[in-house]
Amino acid sequence: MPFGLLKYGLSSRYPAEVDIPPPKALKSSYDVVIIGGGGHGLAIAYYLAKYHGITDVAVLEKAYLGGGNTARNTAVIRSNYLTSEGVRFYSESVRLFQQLSNEFDFNIMYSERGQLTLAHTDGAVRAFRQRAEVNKHFGGRTEMIDRQQIRELVPTLNLDPGHLPVLAGLWHRDGATARHDAVAWGYAKEAAKRGVEIHQLTSVEDVVIENGRLTGVKTNRGAIRCGCAIQAVAGHSSTMARKAGFRLPVVSYPLQAMVTQPVKPFLDPLVSSSALHCYVQQTSRGEVVFGGGSDPYPLYNTRSTLDLKESLITSGIEMFPFLAKAKLMRQWAGITDMTPDYSPIMGASPVQNYYLDAGWGTWGFKATPICGKTMAELIATGKTPELIAPFCLERFDHFRQINEMGATAASH
Amino acid sequence: MNRYEPPAALHDTATDRLAAPMGRRIDRQAPRRFQFEGTPYAGYAGDTLASALIANGRYLLSRSFKYHRPRGPLTLAGQDANTLVQLPDEPNVLADTQPLTEGLSVYGQNYAGSLDADRDMKLGALAKFMPVGFYYRAFYKPKGVWKYWEPLIRKKAGLGVFDLDADAGYHDKAYLFADVAVVGSGPAGLKAALTAADGGARVLLIEQEPELGGALTYARFATDTAPSERLLDDLVAEVEAHDNIRLLCNATCNGWFKDHYLPVIQGRRLYKVRAKACIVASGAFDQPAIFRNNDLPGIMLASAAQRLMRHYAIKPGQRAVVLTGNDDGYLAALDLVEQGVEVAALVDMRAAPNETKLGDAVEAQGIARYREHTIFEAHHAKAHHRVTGVELRPIAGRGEVGEARTDIACDVVCMSAGYMPAYQLLCQAGGKLSYCDETAQFAISGLPKRLYVAGSANGFHALDRVVHDGARAATQALRDLGHQVDVLDAPKGALEQVNYPWPMFAHPKGKEFVDFDEDLQIADIINATRHGYRDVQLVKRFSTVGMGPSQGRHSALPTARLVAAATERSVSDTGVTTARPPFAAETLAHLAGRHFDPFRQTPMHRRHVELGAHMMPAGDWQRPAYYPSRAGTLERLRCQQEEARHVREKVGIIDVSTLGGIEVRGPDAAEFINRIYTFGFLKQPIGRTRYAAMTNEQGVVIDDGVSCRLAEDHFYVTATTSGVGRVYQSMLQWNAQWRLDVDIANVTSAYAAVNVAGPLARQLLERVCTGVDLSAEAFPYLGLREGFIGEAPAYLLRVGFVGELGFELHVPSRYGEYLWDTLMEAGKDLELRPFGVEAQRLLRLEKGHVIIGQDTDGMSHPFEINMGWAVNRTKPFFVGRRAVDILHSHPPLRRLVGFRLPSTSAKPLEGHLVLEGERISGNVTSCEYSPTLDAIIGLAYAAPERGEPGQRITIRTEGGETVTADVVALPFFDPDNQRQEL
Repeated sequence: MPFGLLKYGLSSRYPAEVDIPPPKALKSSYDVVIIGGGGHGLAIAYYLAKYHGITDVAVLEKAYLGGGNTARNTAVIRSNYLTSEGVRFYSESVRLFQQLSNEFDFNIMYSERGQLTLAHTDGAVRAFRQRAEVNKHFGGRTEMIDRQQIRELVPTLNLDPGHLPVLAGLWHRDGATARHDAVAWGYAKEAAKRGVEIHQLTSVEDVVIENGRLTGVKTNRGAIRCGCAIQAVAGHSSTMARKAGFRLPVVSYPLQAMVTQPVKPFLDPLVSSSALHCYVQQTSRGEVVFGGGSDPYPLYNTRSTLDLKESLITSGIEMFPFLAKAKLMRQWAGITDMTPDYSPIMGASPVQNYYLDAGWGTWGFKATPICGKTMAELIATGKTPELIAPFCLERFDHFRQINEMGATAASH
Repeated sequence: MNRYEPPAALHDTATDRLAAPMGRRIDRQAPRRFQFEGTPYAGYAGDTLASALIANGRYLLSRSFKYHRPRGPLTLAGQDANTLVQLPDEPNVLADTQPLTEGLSVYGQNYAGSLDADRDMKLGALAKFMPVGFYYRAFYKPKGVWKYWEPLIRKKAGLGVFDLDADAGYHDKAYLFADVAVVGSGPAGLKAALTAADGGARVLLIEQEPELGGALTYARFATDTAPSERLLDDLVAEVEAHDNIRLLCNATCNGWFKDHYLPVIQGRRLYKVRAKACIVASGAFDQPAIFRNNDLPGIMLASAAQRLMRHYAIKPGQRAVVLTGNDDGYLAALDLVEQGVEVAALVDMRAAPNETKLGDAVEAQGIARYREHTIFEAHHAKAHHRVTGVELRPIAGRGEVGEARTDIACDVVCMSAGYMPAYQLLCQAGGKLSYCDETAQFAISGLPKRLYVAGSANGFHALDRVVHDGARAATQALRDLGHQVDVLDAPKGALEQVNYPWPMFAHPKGKEFVDFDEDLQIADIINATRHGYRDVQLVKRFSTVGMGPSQGRHSALPTARLVAAATERSVSDTGVTTARPPFAAETLAHLAGRHFDPFRQTPMHRRHVELGAHMMPAGDWQRPAYYPSRAGTLERLRCQQEEARHVREKVGIIDVSTLGGIEVRGPDAAEFINRIYTFGFLKQPIGRTRYAAMTNEQGVVIDDGVSCRLAEDHFYVTATTSGVGRVYQSMLQWNAQWRLDVDIANVTSAYAAVNVAGPLARQLLERVCTGVDLSAEAFPYLGLREGFIGEAPAYLLRVGFVGELGFELHVPSRYGEYLWDTLMEAGKDLELRPFGVEAQRLLRLEKGHVIIGQDTDGMSHPFEINMGWAVNRTKPFFVGRRAVDILHSHPPLRRLVGFRLPSTSAKPLEGHLVLEGERISGNVTSCEYSPTLDAIIGLAYAAPERGEPGQRITIRTEGGETVTADVVALPFFDPDNQRQEL
């Protein structure tokens, strides 16, 4: 019996620690307004308060806390990207993730299961080797493994699906998963403890810009003045930016995922196949989660489709044939803001005092801590941290893209 | 304590079934034997596993998810997780829908030891230490310990176990079409189907259960059962006889997708139904009451007890207590008494029934009636895991009870606390739920066009109104489909009161289960809100309420009420969590259907197989990688080198049919090609080929091929094997804007092609080719001719990917095998030999040719890869032109260079990094040992200043060893290209 639980059983009154404070009135002005109460927005608030003493902060969430892509993603944490910029950034994120439970005093169930990506073609072997090399270069634990090693790692995996036998695998020991909601709650709890205000059911309907500088936001609960604002609204990055008067190179696509009923553990690592456009993992509750590629057309709608379910599940069964007898319980979707280079957009925007935390496609959750930390530093100091400088919006003007296309497809 | 002691010979007496007409589903002439937990039992055909076990006196079927509490059937309709059992090859099977078959062997799941004596039951004693979301509060201190806790917790979580060798067997899919799809064949669905069919619509009636009729087959609607029985017989007879109605029984409509696209699972088939309109008459879920130990085996919904009797002829128990919040509990009590069950008490949470005559009727049967009372706690005897009695208390207020207690012994408890519409499909379609405080019911509105709700799903419960509402929905559907019909009004009359507003009674000792799947008690839900998780979505995520296999069928309503009260909001504002497909758990085999593994074969595929080629995937195609059988069992590398050497020395043939082929015809053909590709094509002469590279709008090289001008207005262009689909698509997309006068056709599979290359290539071709002067003067390098190979009409292209004298021959695909055979036959004495993709890769590398996709990535622009020569910068436009110009004006970031290492060096692998000190400056894209040059050669991205021959680059190879390679001029072999231009 862990000590942390004794108080619940032994105390006469239920010791309800308040993780998320009850709603209160909006003030007319804040130093910092964060638009979007998902993992990212809450992380920025937390790091602003923790490292920079900035606590006059309002996090505005149009629905419920962490209800957007924080709630909908499949909780893959990894750093085995392709570019130096990407690997450095996400590696730091992984390091921060590892501390979070103890930092929050709240178990986010960070679980280092490792991620295995399967190569079925020569091209994939080549690309994976490059990713492994780049990762190792920056201290990550990633290597190419052969069929025998794959067999030992995931004995239940079918290595010969149809006409696409598995040739090799990219084994990313640092790959992990965590309870995604808990990440947002942990940030909310610790930010609130430090004085940050969290306002749910508060949507930002417009931003107020005077002489090219942002001075406030208009919400469904009235106008607020602020020193600066940050948009952290994955899934609606471009619509929010449009309110601020500029365009983002973002096209939004639905991304669907699905989960089976819980069964006893049979799979430890997160396994994905680039050729089958499918990834599979088993949660700590025993459910099997399937994810794949985005829908093939842009849309702002989180409906589910039958077509995607059919094709994704067909691929899943190719990988684990015995799953044919598993039972699907739930299907859902999120909206992914895809950028041309499959990398995020962080930093300043064309509007002064308005910052961007955008373009998170399918790679947002895993960047939550590091994005929050570096964005907080940018807001507090006005200087762009080196780690995120390459991800600025201007890179698209200068053709300095950070191409992660090959390292994101269907492995999220 | 007043405890029910079962008769000694329970097992013998319980196998006696009730007399007909009870038991409409079972065939008493067809006994079935089966085993549960290793114990043999008997039942009848038509039984489910659960009904047969109950008939044998066994209620305990499973253990709960968290506390491992004993559980028995709640709904007997496949709507709860209490009946999940383990078949030998399948976990999580619903025992109350699993048909009983001879010899079936079933076990419980999620226990330690045996189902009856589950050692994990002690977890229940620790419940106080496992508050809602307990795992967030512990297991992480000191840092890193979660790693040790997680496997233990994982092992306890989960339910059944997979059989890793299980074969799900044949499953398939079919499409169905209907004017009106009716989901559910209860009284509303039957009437809706009939009305729509009478009105001329083609109707598909989908029923989840084995027979038509829904509640009419098991429920009681009045003291006199004759009218509802007659109604059932009449409606079913009419429906079955109707030509316009197609029936699907045992079929679950598992989702609503846009435009009435309905997945319906029946047997081993997934029907995909396209309906013009859809009427959802899915009924309503009977709701349990919430009191301490409300999850004991033997405690079930009143409808479950009625199903046991009418469907399976099983007496639910000997002595029953009925707890009700509506009149249906009275009717169930009458059913029980009529079938010989002693009803020890009818406990009405209300003061009186809506229908006063019902009170008289139950009292006439001698049933003790308790008004404004509830069950406060249920008891059980550990020995046989079944309810043995209940403690009644008077209701003192909302959720509160008085002190006076009455203990009653019983072996079955029937609950009827209210209804929740089966709203899942409707909410998937965008319907919104609102809560009526007066009736304590949820109602649905805001449905999309041509989707209708009818019957009890629409809030009607009186039989005549339910039937009328079915007809009403059908008339609306008919009108919206353009039929002439008078649309009926909604059923008239006052709101029906079928829900008791607060059937939840917290007990100081807890264990009043709101969510059976997840073992969540009243306090868990309230405590979640006290922790700050006030939104019902957050309550769900924090407490996991509604996330189990039954997906909130019985927990959504009480959760909404509890959260609303705890957060001082209305139930409407609180709402329920989003309903997502599927409606019921669906096996993955249904979604996957038949196993299709489509791949493409070239017309010469059979020949490659005969030659023993080792095939490899290339896009959707299979291509020969190399031909091992030619020299015994050669490994890849030696085959590659031998085949390559043969091309350099004699002549080889490679199947290039997979190359993409696109025909562009029309007056604007040249202009079109000129805009799509980077080179200049307006002045490309007829009878000449020209290299064609394609960039996207970001200036990145995305494909390449050869443009062949066959006529002034006719081009044939090739594209990469895996890229042609994209190329063709983008051509169409661009021309949708440009509106040039061209026809564009993807003719990839219309042509078969080979490349014949090597010093003897011309000699070979002269033997089989007619209609073309093959001499170097008449048919120079890059020439294009039309002629015949044997009798096959052919395009002949003099191109040189492998750097030898070579001809690419394109023939209509039906001549593919003929072309191959003709050349192979004619080339016998020239030692013509097939070569595969591996040899081709080596040969082209020796010539320094890039492969788009291998030597390029998502950032490569033409100048980076030394293809500036293929960009015509004098023409006004091509796709990507602006970006290419900008990129060219920037200082370069990297450059693709040729490098060379001595053959004794460690060989870099493709993907290895090029380093500039500690900085990654590039990567190896191609690398091979060249037997011709006796050196390791390759292409790599490197810092731009390393681009000139004579400089050196550092490559980190396998195991971290670095090598320093010489940057050399390209091509590596035959720098003056004399061989290919022979």
